[in-house]
Amino acid sequence: MAIATTVDNPAVAPVVSRSVRRSPLAGTDRLWALAFVTPYVAVFCAFVLYPVGYGMWLGSDVASYRQLLADPVFPSAVVNTLIYLLVAVNLKLALALLLSGLFMRRGWWCRLLLLIFILPWAVPGIPSFISIHWMLNSQWGLINNAIWALFQVDGPPWLDNADLALGSVIYAHVWKWLPFWTVIFLAGRMAIPRELYESAEVDGAGALDRFFHITFPLLGGLYLVCTLLSTIWALGDFNSVRFISGGGPALSTHVLATLGIRNAFELGNPALGMATVLSALPLLIPLVVLLTRQLRRGEVQL
Amino acid sequence: MSVASRARLDRRLTELGIGLLSAVLLIWTLVPLYNMVRVALQGKEDVFSSNVFPTAPTLDSFATAIDESYWLLENFWGQMGNSLYIGLTVAFLTLAIGTLTSFTISRMRIRRGWMLTNAALLTYAIPMSFLAIPFYSIMGKYGLTDNPIAVIAVEVTFATPYAIFIFKQYGASIPLELDDAARIDGASPPQIFFRIYLPLMAPALVAIGTYALLLSWNEYLYAFLLLSSDGHITVPVGLGKFLNSDEAPWNYLMAAAIIYALPPMAIYYAFRRKMNSGLTMGGVKG
Repeated sequence: MAIATTVDNPAVAPVVSRSVRRSPLAGTDRLWALAFVTPYVAVFCAFVLYPVGYGMWLGSDVASYRQLLADPVFPSAVVNTLIYLLVAVNLKLALALLLSGLFMRRGWWCRLLLLIFILPWAVPGIPSFISIHWMLNSQWGLINNAIWALFQVDGPPWLDNADLALGSVIYAHVWKWLPFWTVIFLAGRMAIPRELYESAEVDGAGALDRFFHITFPLLGGLYLVCTLLSTIWALGDFNSVRFISGGGPALSTHVLATLGIRNAFELGNPALGMATVLSALPLLIPLVVLLTRQLRRGEVQL
Repeated sequence: MSVASRARLDRRLTELGIGLLSAVLLIWTLVPLYNMVRVALQGKEDVFSSNVFPTAPTLDSFATAIDESYWLLENFWGQMGNSLYIGLTVAFLTLAIGTLTSFTISRMRIRRGWMLTNAALLTYAIPMSFLAIPFYSIMGKYGLTDNPIAVIAVEVTFATPYAIFIFKQYGASIPLELDDAARIDGASPPQIFFRIYLPLMAPALVAIGTYALLLSWNEYLYAFLLLSSDGHITVPVGLGKFLNSDEAPWNYLMAAAIIYALPPMAIYYAFRRKMNSGLTMGGVKG
């Protein structure tokens, strides 16, 4: 706001502060501002507010919740969603934080390794997921072929067993998104001044000390925001489950996002589908509130 | 043991550890990708075999995909065209709407700018798939069933909030005095927008344009729900159709998937630095 310090001509300064600073917006400028925000406001109203409102209305029928609770697939989908969020998100972020330390090392090898390591992020999700799905086929897949070639035993039925199938979905999620979060943490680590580590080393702090007393406290805020964001995104993740296990075997690996789509489109009951999705709100709302609060504290920006 | 040899031993152990970790990471990263290439190089009978390495590698599957000479690949290039058309339109609209909005919020300082920022934050916090059901009905009401415009609308909606955040952040580094000086010279808001703001925002535009293009190139769920006719579907939807067919031409599927994956990979690696700086811009402040 200190415009006067940069505008040297005192005769100009008051004009500037009157026309640009003090009065919010006047005359034609106001019209221009209105015209400039209209596209976004239109998009927001037509494609966010309206669908959200319509979705709430669709999911406001108590009867569909009764129907939902009577459906034996629903409780298992809730449990799967919770396991998926807790295991996949935390495993992925913990690994990403540790791996970002490896890529902080100097030298051509680590730089080359990083280029290869981010491939899963650069390759579109659907081809990778289809490949993982076929790779895990118990009869003809690469993994079980390799197990047979190495040990002459039959590999486990990855996608035909409920627990293994959920594990496979978690594996695919971690594989696909680990590079993205590693790069985020890498940027976070690069922002930490090197002198902190150097002086700690002089004082005799080991690698673990340095991690727990410098890296983690300084990246804590970022780590929390990433956990919240990643949980929200994973809650809405449709593709991993759809393409790895397809919700099978026998509907045992559905999560709320895929079950909602199934109920709405495969069973042709949009109200039931919306009720399925909305049952995630008690989890989603606290996450969003925490995230907004954390972002407002200003330590971490998106 | 002397201090020097002790230090040397430590360094050796560290190097060994890094070597092992690198090997594990390489295998972890490359196995699903290797599988994609392996299956694409297999012949039709080879797909159902128990080998780990292709016995008689052939490029037939790629030829089939390129010639569209298999019924599920009939319109492969048409689908690539649809994906490209939707991706470019989404990138353009995201850039246009995102820059106009962030310009108004942070450079024209409208009074209720925070409402727009909160609207963007709200959109950002809604998982995209959760709106699929109402969106499908609403697109029916708008008369946009099986119309690429419907998919473009969703993707612009979900790409714009992130664009606004990044533009606001990046724009903060452009001195406001530039605008003021232009104003004194009599420039109107559109002139400031086009002559000063946009040129100085170029790096952020590249990052967000790439982001929006890749987001829509990779998107599956909405394209799957909103597009139905063969002439309109995008590549991921076409690939998904393979899984529903009784035959399992995995080699063709993987060859088509690789062709589809190459352009975004090339873009990604070409713009990697700009993308990364955009994505992680100000990851940690202070």
